[in-house]
Amino acid sequence: MRVTVTVNGTTETHDVEARMLLVQYLREVRGLTGTNIGCDTTSCGACTVLLDGESVKSCTLLAAQADGEEITTIEGMAAPDGTLHPIQEAFHQHHGLQCGFCTPGMVMAVASLLKEHPDPSEAEVREGLEGNLCRCTGYHNIVQAVLSAAHSGELVP
Amino acid sequence: MSATVLEGHGTAGVVGTRMLRREDPALLSGEARFVHDLVVPGALHMAVVRSPYAHARITSVDVSVALGMPGVVAALTGADLAGEWASPMPCAWPVTADMQSPEHLPVALREACYVGDAVAVVLAGSQAEAQDAAAAVAVDYEELPAAVDLEDAARDGVLAHLDAPSNRAYTWELIPDPEAVRRAFDDAAVTVKERYVQQRLIPAAMEPRGVCVVPQPFGGEYVVYSSTQIPHILRTMLGMTAGVPEERIRVIAPSVGGGFGSKLDVYAEELLCLALARRLRRPVRWSEERSEAAQATIHGRGQVQDIELAADADGRVKAVRVHLLADMGAYLQLVTPGVPILGAFLYHGTYDVPAYSFTCTGVFTNKTPTDAYRGAGRPEATYAIERAMDALARKLGMDPAELRRRNFIGADKFPYSSVAGLVFDSGDYEAALDKALGLVGYEALRQEQAQRRSDGATKLLGVGLSSYVEMCGLAPSRVLASLHYVAGGWETATVRMLPTGKVQVVTGATPHGQGHVTSWSMIVADKLGVPPDDVEVLHSDTGLSPLGLDTYGSRSLSVGGTAIALAADRLVDKARLLAAYRLEAAPEDLELSDGQFAVRGTPSTGIGIGTLAFEAFTAHDLPEGMEPNLEASATYDPTNFTFPFGTHVAVVEVDTETGRVDLVRYVGVDDCGNQINPLIVDGQVHGGIAQGVAQALYEEASYDERGNLLTTTLADYLVPAASDLPSFTLGRTVTPSPSNPLGVKGVGEAGTIASTPAVVNAVVDALSHLGVEDLEMPVTPERVWRSIGAAAPVPGGAR
Ligand code: FES
Ligand code: FES
Repeated sequence: MRVTVTVNGTTETHDVEARMLLVQYLREVRGLTGTNIGCDTTSCGACTVLLDGESVKSCTLLAAQADGEEITTIEGMAAPDGTLHPIQEAFHQHHGLQCGFCTPGMVMAVASLLKEHPDPSEAEVREGLEGNLCRCTGYHNIVQAVLSAAHSGELVP
Repeated sequence: MSATVLEGHGTAGVVGTRMLRREDPALLSGEARFVHDLVVPGALHMAVVRSPYAHARITSVDVSVALGMPGVVAALTGADLAGEWASPMPCAWPVTADMQSPEHLPVALREACYVGDAVAVVLAGSQAEAQDAAAAVAVDYEELPAAVDLEDAARDGVLAHLDAPSNRAYTWELIPDPEAVRRAFDDAAVTVKERYVQQRLIPAAMEPRGVCVVPQPFGGEYVVYSSTQIPHILRTMLGMTAGVPEERIRVIAPSVGGGFGSKLDVYAEELLCLALARRLRRPVRWSEERSEAAQATIHGRGQVQDIELAADADGRVKAVRVHLLADMGAYLQLVTPGVPILGAFLYHGTYDVPAYSFTCTGVFTNKTPTDAYRGAGRPEATYAIERAMDALARKLGMDPAELRRRNFIGADKFPYSSVAGLVFDSGDYEAALDKALGLVGYEALRQEQAQRRSDGATKLLGVGLSSYVEMCGLAPSRVLASLHYVAGGWETATVRMLPTGKVQVVTGATPHGQGHVTSWSMIVADKLGVPPDDVEVLHSDTGLSPLGLDTYGSRSLSVGGTAIALAADRLVDKARLLAAYRLEAAPEDLELSDGQFAVRGTPSTGIGIGTLAFEAFTAHDLPEGMEPNLEASATYDPTNFTFPFGTHVAVVEVDTETGRVDLVRYVGVDDCGNQINPLIVDGQVHGGIAQGVAQALYEEASYDERGNLLTTTLADYLVPAASDLPSFTLGRTVTPSPSNPLGVKGVGEAGTIASTPAVVNAVVDALSHLGVEDLEMPVTPERVWRSIGAAAPVPGGAR
């Protein structure tokens, strides 16, 4: 079937199999491999992207369900000149990543979290990221990064 | 502290600072490439048909239907592939001369020995086609009784392998003086006898494994991309097992999404992709699915521990006696049998104990093989001694901190020759304990605990201590020889300056999240007096770094980092000779400061190391006999292990009505010697604590009685989320290691080693006045709740 999806501001139309997942579409059709796959039960959040600004696990949606929608992936977060998005920068400043496998999904989940809660408490950050697993950091520095990104005042709406 | 390490060289002084990681931008922007991200035209996708039975005779495998399915290129049984193997899958650690090791082939021939054991493979044009066809492979099994429970298996009730004489893999002993142990127990005023179960854990690195083997044209080499911690060891083992000349295998580990020991192995899928790429002369790739990972990637822990302490009336521990049963799983993977042995020397923990007895029996079961998982043997040892010390404290009615203090190896005793035969390099255990107790506010917590108890509160407070010492920096090669490990423990490094003054560091260590690029560039930057950004680190590719022993056992900094420092020193030595020639001075009169060589006291007339690199490159005018270029290599074989230590304190609230445990505070004070980058040290400790807490409270690879793994997904296997953990308070003491010139010890496993007993001790501490003495891990609300019901309150509410 034919789907037209805007990803990181670029709109393309492709024929895809009906059973193709959004995450496969992003990785295989659009060549955007920053979005990772960490599980097969929608448990890990490594595949998190923004669909019209809201975080979704791209392994839970079919590519067809994104037809006509706007998707933002990790590749769409930094400025065109490579300047990191404030959330990415906060992860860097606070050592919020180690192996980096969970990181793209985590950053997208944070973008959505901060949109909903621009000034979250630590508990809200921890609850808000419940769907994104990280095996390396123990979350401590991720939480610090989110709190500091929230307070940096640089977040684009 | 750390600055002294680099005295006499550059003064850029980045070592010891919280320099931000150079690895981050590629990972943060999604540009980093993991194996699964590689685009390889024409690659065939492999799917593995796996046994659904824990133990079964394979009576027939029929691939004919699968072969006819769309996209399928090959479907092969164990028999079809038997000719591909020059030898069975490797185990590099035959811990005893009589160790039993059942033959382990990448695809089983007659007998499947755990759920997940490979019985056939399918290759197709896409992963979906390969998986569909794999489901169509018809295998006839005759189900056999399975050895599931570890203690039953140890009694040989059911044999895990049909042809094996018993389930015993080996028995390993360390009993330096049996008579002394007997006497200590005979004379003891107090003894404790405890049994602890180390449940099996699933390492669950967030990146599942992946392999892609690309044959090069014209009978050239095979490039093996693998999500591995050990490209060098893997290359050698692949060559030996698949019968490919080693020099024709190039292993590359691209970005690797965590390992924790689970990628410290040689796996069937790596061998299969290589053998199939050779057979079909096409690239072959495999991407592990999470539920597959739960079964086909090694598990950790899996021990039953019997520990006894003999103490005098003052609580001084006079002897430790330990017997372990260690679950090998179905086969011996790369270092399976050695994992308990890595803990064998540490069951007296941080305490000055004169008599020691350790035995371990490795036992086969029909379950996923176990192998090294973060800490490998040392978390188990620390858990046993730290839980037993709390049991002893309860028996003596003594504060657990005081009991530890009484028994610590004194700071004046280092280097300390342990009863188990190690020489502990340096330490001040009491300083770390004091710092941790101060940070957590120990006395106030004890008061609050007493208050809540006397108020009859339903949310009780528990405080748990864990003082640990680990042996890191694996390892002196001679020691490994004495333990029958088949390889050495050295590491290599090359440091070279390019014509423009930029620097390349080649290391045999293999990062998968640890930030090596940042740390290695900091060490070299300070040595040479160049900015860290000018130092490129080449790693994880046997084509770039042909010799190395990779990353595990908290060895990368203390062994690999030392090799780098030594190579940099050699490069500086050569540059110094060239500078002396240029400046017409004696080499010993020159000092290197901020990248400039100058005669001591006249810094204005110096020559930059970058200029020297260019001159060494042009080689137009070098001193007689000097070879062109500034490049130096070093291979460092450590003379001893390093012994990081510390004390962690967990504070829990236990709800007596629901059994719920909340970890409300956590303090970790660690001493890893000198720190190259405290930011990275913090991160390693945070992640380690989380994994140790996970063992204490959440995770277990559970099996039913037929040997089916029940926790195959991340929905069933409870890797903690951010909401399951608190923030951590970290502190540090710094006791440099005398074992290596950097004075470093290693920190990758410390948090995991320390935290599990701290948390369980805290929960038991919360409930001890009710008579609760032990809780099995993971300490679930149900277990807590039941234990409260079953316990008999302690008269007088003693601790
Ligand atoms: S891949 Fe794990 S939630 Fe989508
Ligand atoms: S940084 Fe490795 S899983 Fe999060």
